[in-house]
Amino acid sequence: MFRLEARTSTPAWFNLALPLLAIGAALVLCSGLIAVAGAGVIEAYGVMLSASLGDSYAITETLVRAAPMILTGLAVAVAFRAKFWNIGAEGQLLAGAVASCFVGAIPMPGTLAMLLMALAGAAAGAAVALVPATLRVKFKVDDVVSSLLLNSVIYYALMALIEGPWKDSFSGYPISPPIEDSANFPVLVEGTRLHLGVVAALIAAPLVWFLIARTTLGFRIRVTGENPEAARYGGINVQRVLISTALLSGALAGLAGVGEVGGVHFQVMSDISPGYGYSGIVVAMLARLNPLGVVPAALFLAAVMTGAEAMSRATGVPAFLSDVIQGTALLAMLVALLFTAYRIRRVAT
Amino acid sequence: MSAVFEQIFQVGFLAAIIRIATPLAFATLGEMFSERAGVLNLGIEGIILLSAMAGFTATSLSGSLWLGVLVAVATGALMGAVHALFTVALGLSQHVCGIGVTLFCSGLAYFLYRLIFGQQSVPPSIKGFQPEPIPLLSDIPILGPAVFNQFTLVYLAIIAVPLAAFVLYRTPWGLSVRMVGENPRAADSAGVSVIGTRFQAVILGGALMGLAGAFLTMAQFNAFTFGVVSGRGWVAIALVVFGRWDPWRSAGAALLFAFVDALQLRMQASGLGHIPYEAFLMLPFIFTIVAMAFMSRNAVAPSALLKPFRKEER
Repeated sequence: MFRLEARTSTPAWFNLALPLLAIGAALVLCSGLIAVAGAGVIEAYGVMLSASLGDSYAITETLVRAAPMILTGLAVAVAFRAKFWNIGAEGQLLAGAVASCFVGAIPMPGTLAMLLMALAGAAAGAAVALVPATLRVKFKVDDVVSSLLLNSVIYYALMALIEGPWKDSFSGYPISPPIEDSANFPVLVEGTRLHLGVVAALIAAPLVWFLIARTTLGFRIRVTGENPEAARYGGINVQRVLISTALLSGALAGLAGVGEVGGVHFQVMSDISPGYGYSGIVVAMLARLNPLGVVPAALFLAAVMTGAEAMSRATGVPAFLSDVIQGTALLAMLVALLFTAYRIRRVAT
Repeated sequence: MSAVFEQIFQVGFLAAIIRIATPLAFATLGEMFSERAGVLNLGIEGIILLSAMAGFTATSLSGSLWLGVLVAVATGALMGAVHALFTVALGLSQHVCGIGVTLFCSGLAYFLYRLIFGQQSVPPSIKGFQPEPIPLLSDIPILGPAVFNQFTLVYLAIIAVPLAAFVLYRTPWGLSVRMVGENPRAADSAGVSVIGTRFQAVILGGALMGLAGAFLTMAQFNAFTFGVVSGRGWVAIALVVFGRWDPWRSAGAALLFAFVDALQLRMQASGLGHIPYEAFLMLPFIFTIVAMAFMSRNAVAPSALLKPFRKEER
C-alpha cells in the first residue's frame, strides 16, 4: 500500500522541476493525439519548435502572443497569492480593451494617448475585479462563481457595444472603429509585430515580483493568502488587502487588453481574446504563482500556440492541439503540485 | 400593443421556451448533483461541448440517434469521472481543475472534430430527432402543441426534474449525497463513503451534462459548430445558484431564463427592440450575482462545497 504523507517543506528545485514535469507529461500525453492524426510525433513537435522559436521573426511572434498571457498570468498569480479566486481575468481583459480603445480613438498626441489608454484600461480592469472582491468582503459571496459569471456579463456588454452604437459604419462588421494611428504602439523591430506593450509586459513581471516579495503590501497579500487568521491577529486588515489585491489583479488583466488594442488589433472585436484570461490561470499555476515564473510559463504557452498553426500546415494535425496541450498542462501541473504538499510513502499493510 | 403581445405569446413561443430550457435543465441538474455532493464542476462548459461533439460524431458515422445520445452521456460521465479523480480522489482545488477540464475538453472537441470532418465550408449535419406528439395530451389547446409535441429528449428532461428531486430527497443515496456535501466528517462517521458518493454524484452530473450536449447537436441544431455551447455551461452554474441548489427551483430558473432568451429572440426577429439583445443575455448572470449577495446571509450553499475531504486529516 502507498499513502500520501504530509510534507513540511519543499526543496527549492521543485519550483523548476514540477512545471517541467507537468509540461513534459502534457507533451507526452498529447503525442498520442498527433499519432492518431497520422503524423510523426517528433516531426510535429519539431515543426512546432522551429516555427515558434526557430528564427528571429518566429521569436517576435511568440513574444507578441506571450505578452497578454504574461499580464493575465500575473493578474491570476497576484490574486491567488491572497486566495482571492479571480477567475475573471478574461472579462477584465475585455473591459481593459474596450476602455483603451475608447480613449485611443480620441485625437491627441501619441505619447499622451498611449499613457491614457494604459490608465483607462487598467482602471476598467480594476473596476471589474472590484465587483467580486467587494461582494466577497461585504456579503461573503463566493468569488469563484461571481468572477466567472462576470466574464459573460462583460462579454455581452462588449458585443452590445460593437453591434450597436460602436459598430464600424465603414465596414459594417461588428467591430469598433480603429484607434488613432498616432495611438498605435510603436513597433520595435522593423518588419515584425513586436510592439512596445510586449516590453511593458516583460518589465511588469519583475515589478510585480518586487511588489509581492519586497513591499509591505506584498507581505500583507502573502500572509492573507497563507493564513487569514494570523493576518487578522497580526493587525492586518484582511478585507482591505483583498480589495487592494483585486484592484491590482484587475488592473494587470486590463493592461493585457490594452496591449491587444494598442499593439495588435488597433480596435475591438468579439474575438479579441482567444481565452487569454483563462490561459492566465494555466500560466499562473505553471509558475507556481511566482511573478518571475510567469514569463517562461507564458512563453511556453505562446510558443505552443504560435507553433501549432505551422505544425497544422506542415503535418495536417489540427492546430487545436495547442488548446489540448494547455488544458493537459494545467491538470498535470495540479497533480504535480501534490508533491509539494505530500510525499508518497510505502506503508506495510 | 395587444397585437404585439399576440405576436409574441403564441404556441411557437411556448414551444421555443421549452426547447431552450431543455439543455439548460439537463446541465443545471447535472451541476446541482455535483455541487450538492460538495464538488463545484467548472468543467461543465467543456464537458457539454465534448459530449455534443462525441454524440454528433457517433450519430453521423452510425446513423443511429440513440447511439449518439448514449455516446454523449458516456462521454459526459467519463469526463465527470476525470473531474472527480482530480478533485475528490486527489483533493485538488475544484475551481482550477474545473477550468482545466473545460480547457482540455474544449480543445479535444475542436481537435477531434477537425480531424474527423476536416475543414468544410458548410458544417456537416445529421437528420436529428423529430417531434413526437404524445396522443391525447398534444390535443390540449396551446399547452398541447407547445409541450407535448416535442422531441423525446424534451420529455426526458420533463421527467428528469421530479426524478432528480425524488432521488435527492427521498432515497438513501440522495441523503448520502446531501450529507457528504453538508458535513462529510459526519457522513464518514455514519458509515457513508464520502469519496465514493462524491464520485457517483459528479459522474451522474457529467452524464446529465452529456444529455445537454446531445440535445444541442442532435435535436436543436443537428450540427456541431464551435459555438454550439456558447456559455450555456456558465449559465447552468448561475442557474444552480439562482435555483438554490434545488431541482425544482433550478428547473424553474432554467424556464425563466429560457423565457427571457426566447423573448429576446422574438424581439430581435420582429425588429421591435430598441434594447440590444445582449442586455437580455446578460440578465441571468447579473440576477445571479445580485441574488448571491442577498442569499449569502441565509447560507443555502452546500457547506462543504469546494472543500476536499481526506480521511486521515482533521
